[in-house]
Amino acid sequence: MEDKDYPNAHKKILASIQYPQIGEAGKTGTWRTMRPLIHEDKCIVVKTGTHNCHLCWLYCPEGVVSRTIPPTIDYDYCKGCGICANECPHDAIERMEEGGAKACPA
Amino acid sequence: MPRVMLLKGNHAAAYACKSARVGVVAAYPITPQSPVVEKISEFVESGELPGTQFVKVESEQSAITAVIAASATGSRVFTASSANGLMYMFELLPWAAGTRLPIVLCIATRAVAAPWSVWTDHTDAFMTRDCGWITFFSENNQEIYDTVLMAYRVAEDPSVYLPAFSAYDGYILSHTQMPVQVEDIEVVDQFLPPLKHHINLTDFDNVKGVGPVTLPHPPDRHEFGHAPGYFEYKFAIQRSLERSLPEIKKVHKEFCEIFGRSYGNGIYKTYRMEDAEVAIFAVMSVASESRLAVDYLREQGVKAGLVSLKVFRPFPIEDLRKAFKNVSNVVVFDREIGYGYEGVLSYELKAALYKSSTQPDIKGYIVGLGGRDITYQQIAKGVKDALAMESVNENLIETDYIGLELDKLEFLKREGGY
Amino acid sequence: MFKPVKIMDLPEEEMILPGTRLCPSCAPQLAYRFILKALGPKTIVTVPASCMTVVHGMQGATPVKVPVLNTTFETVAASASGIVASLKNLGKDKEVTVLAIAGDGGTVDIGIQGLSGAAERNTDMIYCCYDNEAYMNTGIQRSGSTPFGAITTTTPINGKLEHKKNMGMIMEAHGLSYIATACASYPQDLYAKFVKAKEMKGQGLRYIHVLAPCPPGWGFDNKLTIEIGRLAVKTGFWPMYEIIHGKMELSKESKRLVDPTKRKPLEEYLTPQRRFRKLNPSQLQEIKKYVNDTWETINKRVSC
Repeated sequence: MEDKDYPNAHKKILASIQYPQIGEAGKTGTWRTMRPLIHEDKCIVVKTGTHNCHLCWLYCPEGVVSRTIPPTIDYDYCKGCGICANECPHDAIERMEEGGAKACPA
Repeated sequence: MPRVMLLKGNHAAAYACKSARVGVVAAYPITPQSPVVEKISEFVESGELPGTQFVKVESEQSAITAVIAASATGSRVFTASSANGLMYMFELLPWAAGTRLPIVLCIATRAVAAPWSVWTDHTDAFMTRDCGWITFFSENNQEIYDTVLMAYRVAEDPSVYLPAFSAYDGYILSHTQMPVQVEDIEVVDQFLPPLKHHINLTDFDNVKGVGPVTLPHPPDRHEFGHAPGYFEYKFAIQRSLERSLPEIKKVHKEFCEIFGRSYGNGIYKTYRMEDAEVAIFAVMSVASESRLAVDYLREQGVKAGLVSLKVFRPFPIEDLRKAFKNVSNVVVFDREIGYGYEGVLSYELKAALYKSSTQPDIKGYIVGLGGRDITYQQIAKGVKDALAMESVNENLIETDYIGLELDKLEFLKREGGY
Repeated sequence: MFKPVKIMDLPEEEMILPGTRLCPSCAPQLAYRFILKALGPKTIVTVPASCMTVVHGMQGATPVKVPVLNTTFETVAASASGIVASLKNLGKDKEVTVLAIAGDGGTVDIGIQGLSGAAERNTDMIYCCYDNEAYMNTGIQRSGSTPFGAITTTTPINGKLEHKKNMGMIMEAHGLSYIATACASYPQDLYAKFVKAKEMKGQGLRYIHVLAPCPPGWGFDNKLTIEIGRLAVKTGFWPMYEIIHGKMELSKESKRLVDPTKRKPLEEYLTPQRRFRKLNPSQLQEIKKYVNDTWETINKRVSC
């Protein structure tokens, strides 16, 4: 009987507790069917070298776009919803099908 | 200095909260519980309970939720209710146990509607049986005061960390005055040190989420390793309850050493059991009345005794086997019904004594529902009737009652209903 | 009125770590992201059964970097009351913000009693309803906050027959110090409102109702979440306002919509959503009337 091997288990298993951890649901990037790709030549933040846009950072529900120059996307966790591409006022974010050769920018 | 005061049962519970320096109280009015929290409110308003917060919630559901949240935040908490109010808390009762919160909840027992009744029986207290709480019963007002203090001590023990009910009869105790010794708060402090909580939400250096959706199997949480699954949490509650019996006895013994009062072994109390051949098994008001029945039976040559259960959950199987070791008959008086079966105490005792070396005959009666008086003469007659039965097993098909008044109902003797 | 918040003024630190369990494009998650940025690390959150339970994850690990207490569906306001009481008892109430965040079902339906109680007691907390206009976590059943004409799994086949509850007005009737409506598509506005609610600590319950579009529940493409929320505001369907000590002020995005000609046609909001696919002309007229009536009431208040 397994429970007999741990005579103090009941003193250590108390309330169901969680501690902060990245990727609670795993690498949610694997959910993605469409990959957002930032074209730096079109990105106003890159082109001007100033923090004058960052709407992709603002609207990302997952918080996986960085507020940096250039902006980067954490593909480990990006779920590929497409909000960033849709909201980019300069059409600098392209959505590409996952799995295709062109979807893998190094 | 300890002070002897003339207190109603409800006020004895309130004074115990004061002695325990309870930090957060949330409660909603229901008869016959209300005077407990009225008194606590008075303590808070008069400054006799400095720092204590009384949340005047809009329902029992919010009362229990607020004390759950306050307990998880780190305060010693208290609430109380009766019957339908307790039923309205129900969803949160397993929540409190599942979160391992040392809450103390007083139940001033009351029959459960419908139809409405404000008078006592034990249905409400017994309906909470499978929620994972410890359940204490009291027979008098001093015991109410003492039991609340012991309940906190047990509930807050790191090997236990479970909520506890402390039940006593509505009106019979809740509204009846008796002398109660209220202890010196500094002495109570020694018995009941400040709460050391295992959750403590305010610890911002150690941020945690509490009570999330819990998967059937332990998930791998990488650097934290595997987290327990739902099954492990429930196992832990059950194991902690089972293992709390020695802790309850230890706490009771210590209480006895400090304050000089004892209640049997802390688990059950006996009366004239030393040479008893037939034992009465009962709780709370029925147990008190049975003390008189024991004397009465003895006067008539029946060697009777009483076992009054103080701790109903965890159910003390070993203790009860010991308690009934030398009797050939046990008569159980249940002030509730395990509907569709029989009285709960009766069937639980039968299960506890199953295959014990000296298996006594066990006969159960239902008595005193909805506040109907149950007298020691009736109890004594029940015992004698049970002894006269050739076999108690013959009566298993249908439940037996004492104190039903079907004879008074004229319409039963004619066509048609009431 | 507060100064418009610039993107670079928003805290960069994420309080929700990525890789959550919520659907892609979840507006409640976007809203929660900025709520926690506004309230900061010294916040204790309590959540009932809802999509908020999902974002907090399963046992062992959570994406959320503040303490969180789960509670049952109907009890989040009472749970927050308990936390507030305990903080007072422990002498820690000055430094900590308490947030109750629930969905529309947990707020306008099953939780309204507890919320009303906490509001009446002037509990020192922020209550946020993120409104995705149905019971999304259980599979899109209608709630008291589902709009007229929307189809859910429990509405008649031609859509809901009743309008959604006007929760802002219900809460105003409690005499609260601060009530605001917001929309997940306007993170800066939402952020500023939560900052204000936080700063109004000590003034009882502050209530913020956030419209949060739900792609699977409303039936639109994931990438359109922001767009749909924006249209809800720009068509006048979702007026954004603050009521501070009884005085109503329209938020920047809604201010000019006092003039009906400035509102985008309601169809632009409704047609992209599959939940409105069965709308007939008379239902459409009914929704237009509802929106107009809502604005007439608002206009009377803000013009005087």
